[in-house]
Amino acid sequence: MSGPLSGFGVVLARDLRLAFRRPGEMANPLLFFILITAIFPLGLSPEPELLRAVAPGILWGAALLSSLLALDLLFGSDYEDGSLEQLVLSGHSLPVLVLAKTTAHWVVSALPLVVVAPLLASALYLPQEAWGTLMLGLLIGTPTLSLLGAMGAALTTGLGTGSALLSLLVLPLATPILIFGARGVDLAAQGMDPVGPLYLLAAILFLALSLLPLAIAAAVRISLD
Amino acid sequence: MWKSFHQFASPPHFYRLAGYLIPWFGVAALILILVGTYGGLVLAPADYQQGDGFRIIYVHVPSATMSLAAYTLMATAAGIGLIWRIKLAHAVAAAAAPIGASFTFLALATGSLWGKPMWGTWWAWDARLTSELILLFLFLGYMSLRAANDDTGKADRASGLLAVVGVVNVPIIHYSVEWWNSLHQGATIIKLGEPAITGDMLWPLLTMMVGFGCYFATVLMIRARSQVLQRERNSRWLKDL
Repeated sequence: MSGPLSGFGVVLARDLRLAFRRPGEMANPLLFFILITAIFPLGLSPEPELLRAVAPGILWGAALLSSLLALDLLFGSDYEDGSLEQLVLSGHSLPVLVLAKTTAHWVVSALPLVVVAPLLASALYLPQEAWGTLMLGLLIGTPTLSLLGAMGAALTTGLGTGSALLSLLVLPLATPILIFGARGVDLAAQGMDPVGPLYLLAAILFLALSLLPLAIAAAVRISLD
Repeated sequence: MWKSFHQFASPPHFYRLAGYLIPWFGVAALILILVGTYGGLVLAPADYQQGDGFRIIYVHVPSATMSLAAYTLMATAAGIGLIWRIKLAHAVAAAAAPIGASFTFLALATGSLWGKPMWGTWWAWDARLTSELILLFLFLGYMSLRAANDDTGKADRASGLLAVVGVVNVPIIHYSVEWWNSLHQGATIIKLGEPAITGDMLWPLLTMMVGFGCYFATVLMIRARSQVLQRERNSRWLKDL
């Protein structure tokens, strides 16, 4: 054991390796993101003006929902095979270890969304000036979503209640991210300066990064009792 | 100080104290709400713009205040329970949640009834309405998480953690919603400016608010007492009672 961050790299590498061995599961949040985005034009209308107006909300709402999708996997399999207990007993700082797991989860389930977001944005006729804001907003907004989701997942692990309860716990807490993220894209699409909402997203991210790992670690300990 | 703190937190002591206080708070609530209702519905003058329609304020505003107070109290009690491992605090938090959810629902329902004649719509995506709706979901999430845990101790700590995270998040949610709305809609809804309220209208409102507070305390103590009975069902002091 050396330094407070010991164990971070090991757990991150382990979770990433596990995820890359199951590429099918890895692709699920991405497919879900694309599907939700594709459903709205079918339900609304294919008019470019309408789609352009609602695109920020659709894209951010879809990102929020897909971030919930894979959360069962975050602690579920580790809880079942006992490796979660091993992590708790390992002697390393648990908040650091759960932060590593959450980071791995974010890389696997949220980072691909950032990459394909411009593609979907162009399909929804979002002006090109807003693509950068969309990607940047997702890049600093989705880690907060992953952290909030990890807290919900840790609280519901082992309860066998499925994802409905998880959504009820996480979605109300995630509303500020949705609001600021979508607003930033909206401002950029209208040719205005989107930097305000982005700063707020970044501020929330730092708050979440500093406090939520402690809450996630406490939730993991409660679930293992 | 610590001694009295722990003495207060002991279930038998709380059970007795609450049993003694309940009638006092109950009677105070009854009197204050009756006086406030009479003052609000009969004595207060009609509003010059809204006529008699404004009188729903005497239920709406106290409910909304109580919903926020209930969430704060619930999260504080849960935090105390988590930090000092006091079971009584968890019992109080568990008892407060359904009352808070009911007040939130009442605030939303009366707001909606008030909105229809005044704004012309049952529901507007107004900042405060939306915050209140999210608050309702926070209460429901807390209650669902508690219901999903079979073990009382585990349910206490899991839902308590959620309440504490939620209370940190509530100001962020509130300001994000306010900011979202002020950018988004602004002048599309003709909303009456808040006129400086006259004394004739104000005193029944304050009476109602204190009355609702006493009512909340009464129901909270009754529910917390039944929580204590449930949790301590195998203990000796209860058999001696």
